[in-house]
Parts: sequence; structure tokens; C-alpha cells
Amino acid sequence: MTTVTDGVLDAGATSLLRFATAGSVDDGKSTLVGRLLHDSKSVLTDQLEAVERASASRGQETPDLALLTDGLRAEREQGITIDVAYRYFATPRRRFILADTPGHVQYTRNMVTGASTAELAVVLVDARNGVVEQTRRHAAVAALLRVPHVVLAVNKMDLVDYQESVFAAIAEEFTKYAASLGVPEITTIPISALAGDNVVTPSANMDWYGGPTVLEHLETVPVVTDPSNDAARFPVQYVIRPQTAEHPDYRGYAGQIAAGVLRVGDEVTVLPSGATSTIEGIDALGESVDVAWAPQSVTVRLADDIDVSRGDLIAPAAAAPAVSQDIEATICHVADRPLVEGQRVLLKHTTRTVKAIVKEIRSRLTLDDLSQHPAPGELVANDIGRIRVRTAEPLPVDAYADSRRTGSFLLIDPSDGTTLTAGMAGTAFAEDAEAARAQQADDEGWDF
Amino acid sequence: MTTAATTRTGTGPVPEGDDSPYALSHLDALESEAVHIFREVAGEFERPVILFSGGKDSIVMLHLALKAFAPAPVPFSLLHVDTGHNFPEVLEYRDRTVEKHGLRLHVASVQDFIDRGELRERPDGTRNPLQTVPLLDAIDKGRYDAVFGGGRRDEEKARAKERVFSLRTEFGGWDPRRQRPELWQLYNGRHSPGEHVRVFPLSNWTELDVWQYIGRENIELPAIYYAHEREVFARNGMWLAPGEWGGPKEGERVEKRRVRYRTVGDMSCTGAVDSDAADNDAVIAEIAASRLTERGATRADDKMSEAAMEDRKREGYF
Repeated sequence: MTTVTDGVLDAGATSLLRFATAGSVDDGKSTLVGRLLHDSKSVLTDQLEAVERASASRGQETPDLALLTDGLRAEREQGITIDVAYRYFATPRRRFILADTPGHVQYTRNMVTGASTAELAVVLVDARNGVVEQTRRHAAVAALLRVPHVVLAVNKMDLVDYQESVFAAIAEEFTKYAASLGVPEITTIPISALAGDNVVTPSANMDWYGGPTVLEHLETVPVVTDPSNDAARFPVQYVIRPQTAEHPDYRGYAGQIAAGVLRVGDEVTVLPSGATSTIEGIDALGESVDVAWAPQSVTVRLADDIDVSRGDLIAPAAAAPAVSQDIEATICHVADRPLVEGQRVLLKHTTRTVKAIVKEIRSRLTLDDLSQHPAPGELVANDIGRIRVRTAEPLPVDAYADSRRTGSFLLIDPSDGTTLTAGMAGTAFAEDAEAARAQQADDEGWDF
Repeated sequence: MTTAATTRTGTGPVPEGDDSPYALSHLDALESEAVHIFREVAGEFERPVILFSGGKDSIVMLHLALKAFAPAPVPFSLLHVDTGHNFPEVLEYRDRTVEKHGLRLHVASVQDFIDRGELRERPDGTRNPLQTVPLLDAIDKGRYDAVFGGGRRDEEKARAKERVFSLRTEFGGWDPRRQRPELWQLYNGRHSPGEHVRVFPLSNWTELDVWQYIGRENIELPAIYYAHEREVFARNGMWLAPGEWGGPKEGERVEKRRVRYRTVGDMSCTGAVDSDAADNDAVIAEIAASRLTERGATRADDKMSEAAMEDRKREGYF
């Protein structure tokens, strides 16, 4: 492997972190992202020249780093960020995929989009304003989407004289709030994105702070969890049957392992049919292996000639999910047209799309204070609510709390294919989940 | 002194680090994701096609498709939009690859459209923007409902906004303000008759990832990607190859230089870079140290305006 010492890009870095940023309009998110890219030397000369040219042509004296991230004509014209953009940078330790989510009007659906694939979320606050409604919304969305790591970046510390007490008060308030939502890990960092304090280089202005810089934390946060703790889930994407002279009898089930570990010899159940078999072989993109784990894309061969097709789920016989036609879920509505009770939709869960009806819209959540408003009748764009959906066919749906991959689904408008809703099966926040589990022990509860 | 910056609020097991036995390298993670995307398309669409130019991104794309469906053949055909100004080495590579894997190739030819009077040559001789019409015509005639492209989000700022599954109107148009949110790995490929979906399995790859993967998988590329002696002339700060496409003009002097190509496209707008990188490791070292992006270094058409790529994409370009 080649290692380049001037720090531009390091060819030896091997692990990958997907993270999202969230912040309100004036919290300095573009500056933070620009600073992160710029100070990690991920902005190349021609990009910087383009920004300098564009800034100069509008009469700005210093290059506007926000132009690095605002890629669309309309965004540059209006000076706002409209849509999620994905950015890529690398350090000697790690590769990064950043979902840069805009902070205004449509922020809930944008943040849901960015957070759905993120392992870490950076929530920005302005040190002068502290934890505000927006901050609580961002924390709630991160908790709802079960983003494993949350970073609170207290920005604009330069404007509060770099006082430790200001930071400590905000950090404590946020940590308490986020912990109550069930965010598993919270890291708080005092920064000034504009001045560069604690973004990439440690701040000389805050010697009272002994923690990592934003970049250092991004580089060292653990991204691998132990999949052997989770029950295996293998949604079948595609059946591979070459029927060639060389492979006359090959029949493999192709898919990406959604959770857990698969081993040759495992006894498995195919859902929803319930047929059982044994894993006879695993082909990991051309190589035969004994064991494979999430999120590897593999092809699985079974010992018995049973009926398996796209949309089926292969799971351990001993730990298969329950199959049900009724799904209770927390959703974020992402379309401009509303979601109403009785609406006929398509539901996409793993590799299966089925007809469904929105039976009940139970409540709408106010993210500011996490209060539930019962029977709202409909959910509009950016609303988060609890619904019950009835599907035309039984589905093996896990609780989102147990598996982000097999507990999530989309609702789609059958008339034109519009993505309406992001769904998360089961209860919303971790504390609710605890309560539900306790209740389930008493009265059987839901069938997830 | 504030040192306890991280608060672990849960009671679950502490996650393992990058040295876990279950860690995947970034290349394995990207490969796995791309293969998943290929298989989703195979499962959900009627008539997908892979855009194949013989450039490194489409070569990597084809390699991933071969892996995704092995030991069965790739269940898609290939489509090449031939500008008529392609590098001969690349066309030779294209035909050899198609034959080697027993694939079907359709060629949409810009030259045919010009000969029939349906497209007019631009004054600057650049044919890259002219590709859109033959592309949309081929999609329409082939009734393709999913079209794989090798575009990467790191290439350009408009591409940074592109979805993995990108819905196009019946005119091939891209409306960045009306994109579907893309949630989890649940790609929504629903579309109305006449519409099609552009699919970008390499969305999350960078130029360096592509080269590292080429090295790891030992993928053969057209020789012009590696340093070689070549006749070139300077135009707009780039080294262009002379040819019937319209160069050199008067006052442009052809000289012999040691160069390689970072991108391969239409000869009229794809520049070579000075290079001694004759093999894969050397190329990786060179890119890692480069202060110029791939497109900034070698693509004239992106320099036409601040939003050149976005504007072309709105018209149906990839």
C-alpha cells in the first residue's frame, strides 16, 4: 500500500465511516463542513480556484467555503442548501462518507435521509444560543433513526470568549436530553468552525478541553459492532440459476446479509413460507467461504430444493422473526402530499414490495417536547407519527430497534412511485422500547 | 479540565474497533454495496442496460456486475454512446471485453446522427455534449427502464447531489429539486411508462477507491491509462491528442511527451496529464499526491460554466 506523507489522501486507510451533519441555518454547518474538508486537505486546487473565481465574480473579498458544498445552480443563486449532498474525504486513518444535510424548512426529511445510513451524526449548536428547539429536533431524529454515535459540536466558542462554563452547561443539558431519548453514545466538543478551533487541530484558546477534535473523534470512533450478537437476516434479492453446461444444477440465492452471521451448516427457515433447510454453501463474490456476515453481499446455497424467490427472508430456524400482516411503526412522512387513514400504498420492506393500507394514524409527534397528539387524521411532509399498516401478504418485520435493515420500510404511492414515508417498525425511542418489552412480558404485546 | 468528552449512556456491549474479525475494508464495503445495487436492479426492472465506454469506471462497473451474478452471466446488455472521437485503444479494449465475456453490445453513434443531419457539429469541435440525443434515442428504442452509469459523486458538485437510483422523465431530464429521498438501502425503482431510472452503483466510490480496486482485483485497463510516450499539443491548459476531430489548429504545436489519461472520453475534450506512472501502484501514488481533481485536470467540458455538469444532466446527460 502507498502512504503519502503530505496528507492529501492516504491510500492505506481502510475503514469507512458514514456520518451525517445536522444544524440550523445560521449555526455554521457549511463552515464546519468546509473547514473539515479544507483543513484535512480534501479540497483540491482546482475546486478552491473555482470557489475563489465564483466568490470574486460576486464581489466577495474572501472565498466563500459554502460554495464548496452548494452544488446546484439554485443553491448558489439563493445561498441556501436545498438537498442532501454526499461528500468524500480521507485521512491516514479512515475514509469518510459525509451526508451533508441542509438545515432549514425540510430539515426533518432531509435529516432522516442522511441519518438512515449514518453511523454517526454531528449536531451543531451556536454557543450563544445553547440548546434550542432545533437542537432537540436533531437529537430526536438521530435517536429515532438509531444513529449509534452522536456528536454535539458547540460552535462559535470564539464569540463567548472560549468560556468553559458556557460549553459545560450546554453539554450537560444536551447529554441529559439525548440520553433520555436513548442515544447510546454522546460526545461533546467545543469548536469554532470559523477560526478552526478543535475541528482538525486542537485549540490553543481552550486549554481546559482535553477531549478529541471533531476530526480525531471521527477517525477513532468504533464503526464495527459484533454481528455475532444479532440473529442472522438474509433477504433474498435474486435467484442465480446459470443453467449452463458448466453449472447445470447451480441454484444460489443472492443477497446482502442484513444482520448477523451465516455459516455453512446453519439450519434455516425461509419466510414467509416457513420451509426449512440447511446452508450447504456460501459464495462470497466468487470465493467459497464457511462464514459470512453483515453487510457482505453473498450467494447462499441450500441443501434442499425448496421454493425460494426474491422477497423471501432466510433466517436461523431457531431465531426467525415473527411473520405478520399488521405493522405498528413510527414513520417520518417525506412527501409533499399527505398520508391519510385508509390510503392504499405499496410497502417496500427489504427486497419485497407488497400492497398495504394505512389502517390508522394513531398520533403525531411534536419533536420539540416529544408529546404525542392522538388521531391527527393525516400526516404531512416532515411529520413524525405512529401508524398501523395492514399488508396484503405477511412480512417478517423486525423491530427497528433490533435491526435498522429489517425493521425499516418505505411507503410508496402506487400511482406514480413517489416515496411517501420512511417507516421504522416497533416503538420510537429507546425508553419506549424498554417499556414495551416490560409490557410484552405481561400481555404478549405486539407481534414483532 | 474537561476530559470526559464521551458519554456512553447505554448498557450494551462496547462495540469492537476496526481490528474486529468482522471488520470489512472500505473496498469490501463499497463492493458489497455496489453488488447489492446491481442485484436490486436485476430483481426489479424488465430491461436494464449498462453504459459501457471502455473507461475505467465502466470497466469496474462491469467487473462488479460479473461478480454479482457469477457463476451465471450478467443479465444485462451493454450500451456505448460512441462520439466518433474515441481513442482507438479504448474501442479495441471495448470489443475485446465484450467478446471475452460473451456480452451483447449496442452502439449509439453520434456520427450517424451528424451524417443524417439530426445533430450539428459544434463550432468548438467538442462532441461530448452531443451524446445526449443518441443516448436518449437508444434508451427509447431499446425500451430500457434502468440504465447503469459509472458516475461517482466525488467527480463534480452537481453529481454530489445525485441519488443512487435517479428517476428521469421521458425526456431524460434530471430535476434535482424533485429527487426522491433515498432512505436506508431501500432503493425505489418505481417509474411510469416512458420514464427510466439511472442507476449509479459507484456513487460512493472515489477516484482512489476505483484505482485501489483495479489493483486489488487485477483488472486490465486500456493502456492509455498508464504513462506512455504520446504526441500531444496544448490547448486551454490541457494536453490533447491530435486527430481528425479537429486538432491541432494553426499555432498549436505537436510535441512528444510522457503522459497518461485520468479519464477517458471524447478526444476533443479529454486531456492527458504528464506522468511517469506506468503501473497501478504508481498511479495510486500519483493520484494520492495530486492537487487537482480528475475532472479539473482533464475535462474541458466541465470548465464551460460553473454549472456545466448540472445543465447537461438536466438535459439528459449522465
